[in-house]
Amino acid sequence: MSETNRPVLEAIDITKSFPGVVALSDVSLTVHRGTVHALVGENGAGKSTLIKVLTGVHSADSGDVRLNGEPVDFTRPSEAQHAGISTVYQEVNLVPLMSVARNIFLGREPTRRGLIDFAQMNEKAEHVLTTYGIDVDVRRPLRSLGMGVQQMVAVARAISLKASVVVMDEPTSSLEPREVEKLFDVIRRLKADGVSVIYVSHRMEELYTICEQVTVLRDGRRVHTGPLLELPRLELVATMLGREVAEVRSHGTTGYADAGHDVTAETPVLVVRNLTRRPAVAGVSFDVRPGEVLGLGGLLGAGRSETVKAVSGVDRAESGDVRVAGRHLRSGSTGAAISAGIALLPEDRKTEGIIPELSVRENIVLAAMPRLSRAGLVSEGRQRRVVDTLMKRLRIKASSPEQKVRELSGGNQQKVLLARLLCLSPKVLLLDEPTRGIDVGAKAEVQALVEELAQDGIGVVLISSEVEELLEGSDRVVVLKDGVVVDELRGEGVSGDALMAALAAEPGTDRVRTSATPGDRQEVASS
Amino acid sequence: MTVLQASVVDMAATIRRDRWRWVREYGVYIALALVVVFDLLFTSNFATTANVRTQLVQVSPVIVVALGMAMVIGTAGIDLSVGSVMALSAAVLPLYLGYGVVPAVLMCLVAGCLSGLLGGSLVAFVGVQPIVATLALLVGGRGLALVIADGQLKQISDPTILSLGDGSFLGISYFVLVAAGVALLVAFLVRRTTFGRQLVAVGGNRAASRVAGLPVRRVLLTVYVLSGALAALAGVFYTARLTASDPSSIGQLYELSAITAVVVGGTPLAGGRVKVLGTLAGAMLVQLVRATIIKLDLPDSTAQLVQAAIILAAVFVQRERSTR
Repeated sequence: MSETNRPVLEAIDITKSFPGVVALSDVSLTVHRGTVHALVGENGAGKSTLIKVLTGVHSADSGDVRLNGEPVDFTRPSEAQHAGISTVYQEVNLVPLMSVARNIFLGREPTRRGLIDFAQMNEKAEHVLTTYGIDVDVRRPLRSLGMGVQQMVAVARAISLKASVVVMDEPTSSLEPREVEKLFDVIRRLKADGVSVIYVSHRMEELYTICEQVTVLRDGRRVHTGPLLELPRLELVATMLGREVAEVRSHGTTGYADAGHDVTAETPVLVVRNLTRRPAVAGVSFDVRPGEVLGLGGLLGAGRSETVKAVSGVDRAESGDVRVAGRHLRSGSTGAAISAGIALLPEDRKTEGIIPELSVRENIVLAAMPRLSRAGLVSEGRQRRVVDTLMKRLRIKASSPEQKVRELSGGNQQKVLLARLLCLSPKVLLLDEPTRGIDVGAKAEVQALVEELAQDGIGVVLISSEVEELLEGSDRVVVLKDGVVVDELRGEGVSGDALMAALAAEPGTDRVRTSATPGDRQEVASS
Repeated sequence: MTVLQASVVDMAATIRRDRWRWVREYGVYIALALVVVFDLLFTSNFATTANVRTQLVQVSPVIVVALGMAMVIGTAGIDLSVGSVMALSAAVLPLYLGYGVVPAVLMCLVAGCLSGLLGGSLVAFVGVQPIVATLALLVGGRGLALVIADGQLKQISDPTILSLGDGSFLGISYFVLVAAGVALLVAFLVRRTTFGRQLVAVGGNRAASRVAGLPVRRVLLTVYVLSGALAALAGVFYTARLTASDPSSIGQLYELSAITAVVVGGTPLAGGRVKVLGTLAGAMLVQLVRATIIKLDLPDSTAQLVQAAIILAAVFVQRERSTR
């Protein structure tokens, strides 16, 4: 048996459930010595849970983890670290104010007579860094360095722990292309030294550059494992999303368009031009017409949420122009956006949506309060009339309008947030993952409502990580990748096939935004 | 069997949770009632008009300052500068008495508003943490007050100002009436105005309030200005009662008394709620406990220990909120 064929880390039939969900179901993973193993899957596929089981953050309900053939059972992360499994997280979680050397040796500083031996520590740190071609002054505080270098320091720390396996969870999400190259150099050296890497990323280019093996997770199950090069990009995306490559969208447009109404004839209600907020949004342009549902497609990290946040004023755009019904919108003010008729349903209901301690009524009228008040005085009567109507229309289940919103189910909380937006009689609705984490019944109701609102003439921008929801709910889909629009699907072209082709497209493939036809896409898919 | 056990455990947890919620809501009133009953039974001369008047007059400045503090805490902030603003107000008062009482008092309020404007700007626009921003004002405010007064204690002889200190209407001290008026005003502001509801929303979830288009910065700025103005008002009355402007001693440690009243009154430091009535009860509770201990001829240090125990109890009762 050759060196590289020896499995260093094995997970066998791991099952892990949390209250209400099975996060992993009989998942196995075998990592060989000196290889880079890609772990991919959409949001919620179970990647994080698997990593947490491997690194001792969670313990599995059933199944075995073996390190160098020996069964291990880590009950906390430090045990996994001592055994040789280190983790580099997406966000560098080191101590910003301490020096590079101290960060590398945090918790195991070399000492002399009970005090930290700084000379020895700095020397050792320098040694580790130069071995991997990282040139940096180890005495400088970590935060004075760029994100890329900080990430390298995190990797150096992982290596200096005498790791045999390094888990990298989206290590490049905050790196510049040049820094990514540097990281890859380090990874190649690690491989040469016989260290294995588990590499989690959504970026196709990176996976195909650096990884040999791939394991695809979907809905907590392993759906594929094997050499990466034997799996073309398109198939990898299809496997991740759980769709057949040839599968075509079943129903292409909403009822509104089916009824023969040509929304493309209308003047756009929302015009976005060259919207930029680096690094996530790098010049996005699109139009939304009244009565149209525009889907924003793209994988995680493509810049979808960041785009709608910049449009709605939650984040200030660096440059670019947003026009609502022909009028320029001042950037960076949610108040101005709401006055102009743009309302955002934020991605994270808990942190950016509900005010948990306030009542259903107050949560619904929150944004429209000035409109429902006279001279700054709250009129509960007026509020109650509006709230009653909306609670009936959206079928919000609460014991009374005065019940605290935190006591409601996720689906009902989401409906409260939608009701909050409807209070504003918006011209444009930006819906970021409107059905995430809510039960099936509420989900169908929300989807039906979105369609209904579009029929009432509201322009809707829809973001969904669920391909079915995106394709079936949208009249048109604009596909984002690395913060730019790479494709636009319209009419019959709104299909799973076309979406996957767009998602898997090679970088640098110049695609004209509006002229994409199914034929074009087929070409790209086969190239 | 296990299902049954689980549901029994669930039920027990619910009962426990509800009991805590009940204690959290009404604990301060119960404690206040217990202290009053104790005083009626064991403290001599408690239920006399003179004593009631004294207690109310003494608690009034704390209440006025604490109500401003309650609004700041409602936005998940804190205002450590209130004691120093009282001193600043006391220092400004004699400077403008030559122009008349009304302009002088207005200038005091303006000074309080400016201090609040500075603290509020640091919090709302610069993004400084409230505790740090107002700590700077705590130190700087008193320093400025001492500079203005030239470190001197100034006797106040203006009859109108002095009558604010010892005058009364229908047997109730002006100071108590003002405190009551401020309490009504703040209650109205918090419950019935858009500003008040936005305040509570910002404290409950600042990110969500921003997404919903609320004027988050304006709300933050306003609560610090209001807190500064109320502290300045308390400074004027305190000076009147003292019949002297003494910037070196006025308002010392008032920020702590005010925070104590607010927290004991059940307003969570995490923000999102403002309990006006609770704050009044909290201030009264601390005042009565202190008075009772002094009447019992126990040393002042005992009063401090008891006060500490009350704070700990209030924090303990509220602790569940944060672990939610």
